[in-house]
Amino acid sequence: MSTLITYREACRQALRDALLSDPKTFLMGEDIGRYGGCYAVTKGLFDEFGEERVRDTPLSESAYVGAGIGAAMVGMRPIVEIMTVNFSLLALDQIVNNAATIPHMSGGQFAVPLVIRISTGGGRRVAAQHSHSLEGWYAHIPGLRILAPAVLEDARYMLAAALKDPNPVLIFEHVMLYNNEGEIDPQVTSVDIEHAKVRRAGTDVSVIAYGNGLIKALAAAEALAAEGISAEIIDLRVLRPLDTPTLLASVAKTRRCVIVDEGWKSGSLAAEIGMRIAEEAFFDLDAPLRRVCGREVPMPYAAHLEDAALPQPADIVAAARDLVRPA
Amino acid sequence: MSDTIDKSMICEILGSIAPEADFSTLGGSEDLREALDLDSMDFLNFVIALHERTGIDIPEVDYPKLRTLDGAVLYLSARQG
Amino acid sequence: MPALGADMEAGTLVEWLVKPGDRVKRGDIVAVVETQKGAIEIEIFNEGIVSELVVPIGAKVPVGSLIARIGDTGVAPPAVLQAAKPAPSAPISSPPKRIVPPQPAVIAPVGAMKISPAARRRAAELHIDATTLRGTGVDGAVTVADVEAAAAAVAIAAAPSPRKAFDPAEMRKAIAAAMGRSKREIPHYYLTHPIDLSLALSWLERFNAAQPVSSRLLPAVLLLKAAALALREVPQLNGTYADGVFQAGAGIHVGWAISLRGGGLVAPAILDTDQRSLPELMSQMRDLVQRARAGGLRSSELASPTVTVTSLGDRGAETVMGIIYPPQVALIGFGMIGARPWVVENRVEPRPAVTVSLAADHRASDGHIGALLLSAIERLLQEPEKL
Repeated sequence: MSTLITYREACRQALRDALLSDPKTFLMGEDIGRYGGCYAVTKGLFDEFGEERVRDTPLSESAYVGAGIGAAMVGMRPIVEIMTVNFSLLALDQIVNNAATIPHMSGGQFAVPLVIRISTGGGRRVAAQHSHSLEGWYAHIPGLRILAPAVLEDARYMLAAALKDPNPVLIFEHVMLYNNEGEIDPQVTSVDIEHAKVRRAGTDVSVIAYGNGLIKALAAAEALAAEGISAEIIDLRVLRPLDTPTLLASVAKTRRCVIVDEGWKSGSLAAEIGMRIAEEAFFDLDAPLRRVCGREVPMPYAAHLEDAALPQPADIVAAARDLVRPA
Repeated sequence: MSDTIDKSMICEILGSIAPEADFSTLGGSEDLREALDLDSMDFLNFVIALHERTGIDIPEVDYPKLRTLDGAVLYLSARQG
Repeated sequence: MPALGADMEAGTLVEWLVKPGDRVKRGDIVAVVETQKGAIEIEIFNEGIVSELVVPIGAKVPVGSLIARIGDTGVAPPAVLQAAKPAPSAPISSPPKRIVPPQPAVIAPVGAMKISPAARRRAAELHIDATTLRGTGVDGAVTVADVEAAAAAVAIAAAPSPRKAFDPAEMRKAIAAAMGRSKREIPHYYLTHPIDLSLALSWLERFNAAQPVSSRLLPAVLLLKAAALALREVPQLNGTYADGVFQAGAGIHVGWAISLRGGGLVAPAILDTDQRSLPELMSQMRDLVQRARAGGLRSSELASPTVTVTSLGDRGAETVMGIIYPPQVALIGFGMIGARPWVVENRVEPRPAVTVSLAADHRASDGHIGALLLSAIERLLQEPEKL
């Protein structure tokens, strides 16, 4: 069997596995059934599993996320799809004030084993209201576990681990990753949802990234290697809770750090990560911390402007190079 | 400071002047200057080292007696008294 | 990186003998450089405080490269309180137009030096004062690498690695290059002259008889001194020739040819040879031979000879016809000292004699000048007590 697969296909296989393995799981979201999903992730699942298990919802995020919370509270295993993080804002109250708090507020009487899949990020030329990267906001909320699969193995197996978590888990799939194709490692049959992972070992500078940022960071590492700079690339994988020990160990080794985050710099997840490193690895640092973030503008519509507003491999290369070989 | 005057002491001193030489094959009656390629400076340094090591004064006119290992041992032993 | 010989193109820095913050004066030895001719000690000709060692141990750099920085003021003292400069007081007679408030005391900020946290910690571990270092990090901050480099320099200076003895193959290459160039470019002419040494050697015998072993002189000292004094009379043969012009040497610094055990030749200079007494010359020669063989010659010794003298001593050949070491213009050679038949008042009797030879650059002098030198040497050696 070929191990060549797209990220999209990995997500679909994960969903299919979930539906096959547990009769309590069902999918819920806008256009996921008959249409096959806005990003074609759920294509074919409606035909295979029927309308009870793959449920098209009205255009009302608050309503169907709330329904998902309710279903989870009574023992179902719903996998809710919010089309994009941009629309999730309409369900913010449900997620933050219900899903995240009910286990706590009920004194443990109610669990909310809810999984919400949300696509995120920019690069599709869909402009200011449809290009946000707000996973950093969700990572701020206690009671939620936030995942950001970037590589194929995580796209394939993080869902299964999330379904085992008795608490709400949000999985953020970056829109630019769906078409990524590669060889998935056949040895991997499960992954954890606890730890960050060093995707490329290096010695001169640590680059911390997630989602599409990881792919760009890996490209930057190649370019840096050609200049004789050895970058260690870390895939965060889990945005909440952050695997700080892995990050600190890397910085202790390289003494320099660049954090890549597509969100806007101010109040970003990168800011939180940077602060943790400053708090806990201050004496390991041989250079200031640096962030490569989205430009603080509403996302432009024009293609060249959108590209300029997003972090690019060249920006990561420049930031890393500037720490290792200051001009 | 007087050490035992024998061939090994002489060879030790020569070793600091001609460090690469193999003293195990040096014959007792070989001309040291030829065998070890010593020039006049080397020879003078050799004499000075003998003097410093044994305390024996060696007039210039006696230099020829020091040209072989056997000769050097003989001369110095006699002078040590 | 100084030029330590006409054909030297690059040198390898093998040891730093100073560290940033050290005060140096003219003549201090600051580093050891490995060349084809072995390890050479580099002297400095400036005064000041070492501010930066630019080239690391082991680096091979071309002649002329910057290897260290010496500053006038050196290390900035921490937190200097400068007295407030009082505003010039207006003369009482004229009405004050404007009161200029006195300048506030300027305190150089204590934290002006940027040192990364990791570098501070490492500096504390290695007992290095990070505030004396020049930083290569972001915003000129001192980094761990800067601290470790300074520590390495200190360690090397404190515990010098054993100097490599010269590499005979490299030495051979250097000699080949220099001699090849000399014969290609310098039109040599040769003169020889036999010299009666009976007076010189009997004087020497009497002198040595009254000396302890370690103060005795070799005949070569007399020959060297005579050659140096003769050059005072014939300065056209003491100096260098380059770009069509002869430059007379500012002093007479004879390069004394020393052959090295295992093959090889160096000719380090004895500065102001003509001004040194015979015992001084003897001890200088002994010191040079010892350092040439052990790899401790100094850059000034290799860079400054104005003429070269080579002596075969008491073994070898009757005459030496040498090759001038560029850019010098003369090579004075002394053959073996030995008994020769000598004509004295229509009789032939044995006399100890030596043949002196001159190899000279025909662009800078003619045979007539060369002959003057050789006869001066002969004359001087007939009055050894005046040498």
